[in-house]
Amino acid sequence: MTKKSNFLTLIMIIVATYFVVPLLWVITASTKNTTDINSTFGLWFGKTWHLWENVRLVLTSDNGIYRTWFMNSMIYSVVGAGGTAFLCTLAGYGFSKYQFTGSKAIFRIVLGAVMIPSAALSIPTFIIFSKLGLVDTRWAVILPSLISPLGVYLMKVYSDTSIPNNMIEAARIDGAAEFKIFRTISLRLLMPGFVTVLLLSIVGIWNNFFLPLIMLSSTNLQPLTVGLSIWYSRANSGGSGSTPEFQAVVITSAAISLIPLIIAFLFLQRFWENGLSLGAVKE
Amino acid sequence: MHNFLLLFKETEMVNMRKSGIDNTKRTGLFFVLPFFILFVILLIVPLVYSGYISLYNKGLVGGNRYVGFQNYSTMFHDPQWLASIAHVAIYFVIQVPVMLLVAVFVALAIDSGKLRFPKFFRIAVFIPYAVPAIIGTVIWAYFYGTNYGFLNQLLGYIHIHHVNFLGSPMSAIGSISALATWEFAGYNMIILYAALQGLSTELYEAAAVDGAGSIRTAMRIKLPQLYPAIFLTLIFSIIGSFQLFVEPLQFNILNPTVVNNYFTPNVYAYTSAFQGNQLNYAATISFSLGLVIAIVATIATLIGSRKGEKLI
Repeated sequence: MTKKSNFLTLIMIIVATYFVVPLLWVITASTKNTTDINSTFGLWFGKTWHLWENVRLVLTSDNGIYRTWFMNSMIYSVVGAGGTAFLCTLAGYGFSKYQFTGSKAIFRIVLGAVMIPSAALSIPTFIIFSKLGLVDTRWAVILPSLISPLGVYLMKVYSDTSIPNNMIEAARIDGAAEFKIFRTISLRLLMPGFVTVLLLSIVGIWNNFFLPLIMLSSTNLQPLTVGLSIWYSRANSGGSGSTPEFQAVVITSAAISLIPLIIAFLFLQRFWENGLSLGAVKE
Repeated sequence: MHNFLLLFKETEMVNMRKSGIDNTKRTGLFFVLPFFILFVILLIVPLVYSGYISLYNKGLVGGNRYVGFQNYSTMFHDPQWLASIAHVAIYFVIQVPVMLLVAVFVALAIDSGKLRFPKFFRIAVFIPYAVPAIIGTVIWAYFYGTNYGFLNQLLGYIHIHHVNFLGSPMSAIGSISALATWEFAGYNMIILYAALQGLSTELYEAAAVDGAGSIRTAMRIKLPQLYPAIFLTLIFSIIGSFQLFVEPLQFNILNPTVVNNYFTPNVYAYTSAFQGNQLNYAATISFSLGLVIAIVATIATLIGSRKGEKLI
């Protein structure tokens, strides 16, 4: 074992402070009222314990719209990510285990699409969706999030490495049909990859802001991200209807929104590390 | 359902008898088709459509009229667009090197085996990546507040007061860079760390036998082998930084005159489309931005590949 270095550990503590302090700040601020947030030290508790009152305000302001936003985020993430992981698994497996006319060319195109920024697609997609009457419906957020070229690539690499070709050959010789091989043998082996793509898509959709911002105009269809931005503008715009006391509610709603993601990341660490490292492996 | 599967199995077997094992060609297409159909509808079509409508303009009497490349020439002479491009270019030059340096340093430190509590540091640096950009921006907005902001609170202890972190375009870019580094360094660190884990340890052992210290090993042996992964993170950073949107849009509320509604190309496209109602011009901005990003990222990939190792 290498000898541990105190000096290196010290430097890393300084580096880690930079990454941890904003989270500590938002947690302590969520226990204060707006006056304390503006007047007491940012990394310690305020004069009064205001957490439960803040949580109550978050859950009841605007007739409890926060709960609607939270549910919307859940629906978009679960449906969108489930669909994405399913499509990516099928396609990645198809590219990995079959050679059909044009399969190489199609895979190249899909891989090239990783380079296309999502923002370049949002505005034309909005125009197309508004012609189809899809704007301001849940589909407007779910449909575009179903396409993940990176997910297809990850699942292809994962199929290449986790399903031995001779296992498929053996199943074929036993007379199993292709879809049955996929359903009974391959899918089970692909499960860790499936969960990785699922997790990465859940995070991607949960964090998405631009797409719901332009696609949805009804406040009660918005996910948490846009909802939070609506509240933040109200607390800070300084114009009519702005309420400074609302700051504490905005900060507490931000803190609450972090909880599901941080739990998911801590408990499913193996899966996202898999996914990110798969992206870095060389073929 | 079950009968259908049985029937399917039978026909499949008949086919197999006819043409032997190699009858999987069309089946492969069936696996890929559901994804590919949506890929064409939701990615290729909007992309082509975006290029198409950038060649049109709203006519005076309604309806669209073909104007060729007029929107593009308007754009190239538009001072607001030029400013937005300058902002993301400066941002890219400042933020990306700093972020990648932090990511490389942390990855090497955790991989060195000389660090105490390496697991804690890995999670601490990574966790901001799990925070939605909008929430990160809201938190940092409270850090940057001129009167009560957390950073001004800290500076107050050394008698510096009311620093306006969003007071000029350059300080706004700096402030956004600090926020973006906080958000994304961990993501890049994990990619680099995974690449380090994949390296063969034989070389380190040989170096250790030769008496090389861990700093020497990191700089001379690990770092050169890390170049392909660094290139990968660089490409993702190119794609990400030119798309800068959430942070400036949110900071716009704090200082609308400096972080204005054309601060980055994406913010400008958004305000053109939804506040100015100029959809064709917005499409021109976002289409050209997408094109530039794709070209730069492809060139970077080609340069990276030439260094001998395949990236993707």
